[in-house]
Amino acid sequence: MSAVNGTNSVEVRGLTRAFGDKTVLDGLGITIREGEFVALLGQSGCGKSTLLRILAGLDSETEGEVDVPERRSVAFQSPRLMPWLRVWHNVVLGLSGGDRALAERYLAEVAIEEYAGAWPRTLSGGQAQRVSLARALVHEPELLLLDEPFGALDALTRIKAQRLVADLWQRHGCSILLVTHDVEEALLLADRVLVMDDGRIAYEAEVGLDRPRDLGSPDFVALRGELLRRLGVDDASALSHHREEVTA
Amino acid sequence: MPSPPSSVSGASPPPHTAAPPPPGAAKDQTPPAEPAVARTSSRTTPRTRPRLRVPRGVRRASGPVGLLLLWFLATATGLLPESVLASPVEVVQRGADLIGTGELPQAIAASGRRAALGFLIGAAVALALSLTAGLFRLGEDVIDASMGMFRAIPWVGLIPLFIVWFGIDETPKIALVALGVTYPLYFNIYGGIRSADAQLIEAGRMVGLGRIGLIRYVILPSALPGALVGLRYALSTAWLALVFAEQVNADAGIGYLMSNAQQYFQTDVIVLCLAVYAVLGLLCDFAVRLLSRRLLDWRASFDGEGA
Repeated sequence: MSAVNGTNSVEVRGLTRAFGDKTVLDGLGITIREGEFVALLGQSGCGKSTLLRILAGLDSETEGEVDVPERRSVAFQSPRLMPWLRVWHNVVLGLSGGDRALAERYLAEVAIEEYAGAWPRTLSGGQAQRVSLARALVHEPELLLLDEPFGALDALTRIKAQRLVADLWQRHGCSILLVTHDVEEALLLADRVLVMDDGRIAYEAEVGLDRPRDLGSPDFVALRGELLRRLGVDDASALSHHREEVTA
Repeated sequence: MPSPPSSVSGASPPPHTAAPPPPGAAKDQTPPAEPAVARTSSRTTPRTRPRLRVPRGVRRASGPVGLLLLWFLATATGLLPESVLASPVEVVQRGADLIGTGELPQAIAASGRRAALGFLIGAAVALALSLTAGLFRLGEDVIDASMGMFRAIPWVGLIPLFIVWFGIDETPKIALVALGVTYPLYFNIYGGIRSADAQLIEAGRMVGLGRIGLIRYVILPSALPGALVGLRYALSTAWLALVFAEQVNADAGIGYLMSNAQQYFQTDVIVLCLAVYAVLGLLCDFAVRLLSRRLLDWRASFDGEGA
């Protein structure tokens, strides 16, 4: 776990992780450049979250080489706020010298500063997820790991949250690894999309589209079709079905 | 598919709503009560409308008050002779007498001192043991199995042994209270610590909390609700233990008053002492509830309404 090498923020080589005799990651390699936004797609249970946990440093029973920056933060699928701490205290928890003013600055960035003094249980799912993002950003991470952070949000809140993440990324310039199973979300946000299968990166695509991206543009549609095919979903009818499943 | 919509339309505005043609105009011109009534009644009639609302406090008080009344009537009519159970009026009179002579306050002070001392000792022991067992693997292995074993012994049954060890003065009484307090507190705090959410612990680690920070900001707060439940049990056990302990050669305290009364068949004093025990227990319970409300402010409270 050494510091950044060259212009790469993350370098992983030959990463293997097994639970019992089930190999979840099998000689996986992955590179993320500094400031790059990478989305990681894959079906449930393909090991996406395991990889993210390893990069976060929450799982160390691995084989292989993992180089990640020292400062890294995670926003989990559920916000995981401490219910007994006020919102602002959650944001600066674990930060030496973190006070309410600092917390409020970061809460303002995610447009939720008026809830600084509230208890987490009074927040909606989307609001709690924003607090969780503020808590991740307060550490000014070089690498931000997002584990399906929009998975539990309703469709509208989800779109807002995606835009927010795009903004935050532009402002902070950190590298981001976004784990998701939503192809459109990946294509809307990421510079590069990886598809994971059988414990390895099975496919990767540069998303050379200008931002903000248009879901209807031919290039976007073509990329989406290709990614869906790589995920094992073939034709257009299956595609609409996939969307339903994803947003459900 | 067709059944839910039909049942809905049948329930809310019945056919005659078709009569006023434009709904907007109907709202303005016809007496506003009518559509409103039609709507609310369709939703809430079955529960609240027709019934007379009796304040909750009155409803709750009706049971105990009724029982008191029954007791009074039974003794006043001679159905219950005084040698079996004194009337509530006599109990109250006797209470006033004993307060006047200072006997009752002295007894309460003596018993309260035993309960408080025993509670403090028991709580300190429980806290030390549960933290050691909850936070350290070695502590768990050594302590938790032993606590499980000791719990199987009915602690009231230890009175003879305590008399052999500590004599018959204050010490065995305080020890019994301490013992009764230790178990509920220990198991609830230990359980609370062990039920700390692994996801929150991970989140805490991610934001850079060390072991001390995790204990302070994640593990102990998640043990708090359990600890407070334990505290309530512990306090009620403390009074219970006191009742048992004070049957043993007490020369002061509520139990002493009681055993004296027993010799002279003063059922009014016995009932009075029981009531005092009950009131003291209720006061403790009330204090813990108040404390819980302050400390668990962050938690959505559930008051049982509608469940």
